[in-house]
Amino acid sequence: MAKTAIGTAKQLSLFAIAMFGFGYALVPLYSLVCEVTGIGGKTGVISQAEAKADEVDADRLVTVEFDTNVDAALPWSFKAAEFKMKIHPGQMSEAVFVVENHSDKPIIGKAIPSVAPELASRFFNKTECFCFTEQRLEAGERKEMIVRFIVGSKLPDDILVMTLSYKFFQMSDNADVAISGNKVVKTKS
Amino acid sequence: MSDAAVHDDHHDHDHKPTGIGRWLFSTNHKDIGTMYLVFSLFMFFVGGAMAMVIRAELFQPGMQFVDPQFFNSMTTVHALVMIFGALMPAGVGLANWMIPIMIGAPDMAMPRMNNMSFWILPFAFTLLLSTFFMQGGAPAGGWTMYPPLVLQLGDGFPFLIFAVHFLGISSIMGAINIIATVFNMRAPGMTFMRLPLFVWTWIITAFLLIASMPVLAGAVTMLLTDKFFGTAFFDAAGGGDPLLFQHVFWFFGHPEVYILVLPSFGIISQIIPTFARKPLFGYASMVYATASIAFLSFFVWAHHMFAVGMPLTGELFFMYATMAIAVPTGVKIFNWTATMWKGSMTFETPMLFSIGVLFMFSIGGFSGLMMGITPVDFQYHDTYFIVAHFHYVIVPGIIYGVIAGVYYWLPKWTGVMYDESLGKWHFWLSTISVNVLFFPMHFIGLAGMPRRIPDYSTQFADWNAIISIGGFVFGLSQLILVWVVIKCARGDGEKATDQVWEGAHGLEFTLPSPPPFHSFTTPPEVTDATAHS
Repeated sequence: MAKTAIGTAKQLSLFAIAMFGFGYALVPLYSLVCEVTGIGGKTGVISQAEAKADEVDADRLVTVEFDTNVDAALPWSFKAAEFKMKIHPGQMSEAVFVVENHSDKPIIGKAIPSVAPELASRFFNKTECFCFTEQRLEAGERKEMIVRFIVGSKLPDDILVMTLSYKFFQMSDNADVAISGNKVVKTKS
Repeated sequence: MSDAAVHDDHHDHDHKPTGIGRWLFSTNHKDIGTMYLVFSLFMFFVGGAMAMVIRAELFQPGMQFVDPQFFNSMTTVHALVMIFGALMPAGVGLANWMIPIMIGAPDMAMPRMNNMSFWILPFAFTLLLSTFFMQGGAPAGGWTMYPPLVLQLGDGFPFLIFAVHFLGISSIMGAINIIATVFNMRAPGMTFMRLPLFVWTWIITAFLLIASMPVLAGAVTMLLTDKFFGTAFFDAAGGGDPLLFQHVFWFFGHPEVYILVLPSFGIISQIIPTFARKPLFGYASMVYATASIAFLSFFVWAHHMFAVGMPLTGELFFMYATMAIAVPTGVKIFNWTATMWKGSMTFETPMLFSIGVLFMFSIGGFSGLMMGITPVDFQYHDTYFIVAHFHYVIVPGIIYGVIAGVYYWLPKWTGVMYDESLGKWHFWLSTISVNVLFFPMHFIGLAGMPRRIPDYSTQFADWNAIISIGGFVFGLSQLILVWVVIKCARGDGEKATDQVWEGAHGLEFTLPSPPPFHSFTTPPEVTDATAHS
């Protein structure tokens, strides 16, 4: 009797371990669901050729607004050259952003994009963006950064305005300014 | 009385270990059950003391006694202590005490693991409560531990995470033990459909625990690696998503609600037939309803998150799934009511508390249905309305169930009857004060008072003062329970019979009161006549 009880316990332990793994499996599953349904607000990346293949819908005009944010711990300023632009769906467009490092040392930052409304994000694709890689700015450096994007011609008719938002986070892990994302500032004095 | 019990009686005096070692190294299900219950009662007062601090601060608008950071610690740790320290150990303690003697087993399947799963608890709570003395204080970001807020906790953060790990390991071990016991050690003739309903609800609870606790362990491990090892599961700067945590957390969190409440349902399913002197109405439907509730509980988690900005289809799915749970729950409420219908009812304390569960859990159930309706949930979200809802479910739903079980089985455990008039005082004081405490929270919630705040606008002042008075009376009333338990433990009371209650059925009532240290060493034969009531 005791032997069968231990057998049951072993099976149940395996089940518990599998559920621990399932918790981690939810991470890629979540990204997949967001990607397929386009509800995570994440933008897509496509090649130049794919972008050209889309037909331009010259009858429609969509407003794209640009929203720029900098994490509180990053001593940079970050602005869109133009606050908003009107584009045709299917048309390749380019937006310029101005970034400046106000500190006296070089810092590496990275921009994280998102698109609102979330349902539009699946049609918002980029061929080139400063957000693809980490950006290094020297002390006091001012730089123009561009993003090339296309809003797919299959964008639903009821979406007339969409917002592309960026937030710059610090990436370099200098001990005295160590901060990444939302983590707590731990200054060792 | 069965032969087995007589046989055990004469073993009784040789085998009981003595001194502190009896408790530290105990492998006896009754002793471990007692330790779980005593620990749970102690933590009930620790968590209760925090609730008293909260109600004292909210007695008047403005800041009186504590600073906001400490207030937030109180709400956060009150929840963690009550859920993981009071409610879950109480359920496991009752399971330890009762399941072996209800199914005719000599002990739990793995007695040594049973000992470990109990002794992990004091260590886990030492970790958790020690954070009050650390740089950065105790957890104050809510018991749900949402990032990024929880990551701002100071030195206490890893202690919080490891405490949750330990509590998870403890309850998973307890759950494995319970399933292994019931699946392998039932007495001959104790088929699954003859199991007492308390045992059934615990099997299902144990499966919920094994399926959901590891997911919580995974989620808090991700928090830990996000903070210390540079992963970015929930960190937007690294491509993660804080919202993901809420999904993973509530995938655990909703089944957790049923982990807490199902044993309480099981207890009152034992008690109501006893005092109505009728068999439980719809035994099989009770089993299936419990299993359906458990199954559905894995598909409703996002109703905790309607306000995060989900697509319409998601909100509709989770709304309908939530509504669906009301069906099996309704079956249970109906069956309990039907059990009482035309029964020869008497109203001893366990029955009073069980009827309290029936009435007041239903109030919490109905406000739950209101919040399950997505469009109106936006008004209730994060207000005192939700506080009223889950306290109605937990206090008069779950805690009353546990208290009912304690009164019901206390004469069996100690061999003496508890003081009935003290029991009645305990019930009526608790029931009046619990409603003064939680019912007005519905009103101030609908009027817009947010939860988890140390101060509020003056228009909420009157109700908050009344709520606080209810809270203090409720807290003090629970001291009566301690008094009753101590009196019984000292043997101060009328000698209880083996059957204890006139209408009681089941194997545990064939044993003497108190049962011998080792019971059912020869398994009893179970027939339809001796099975559950």
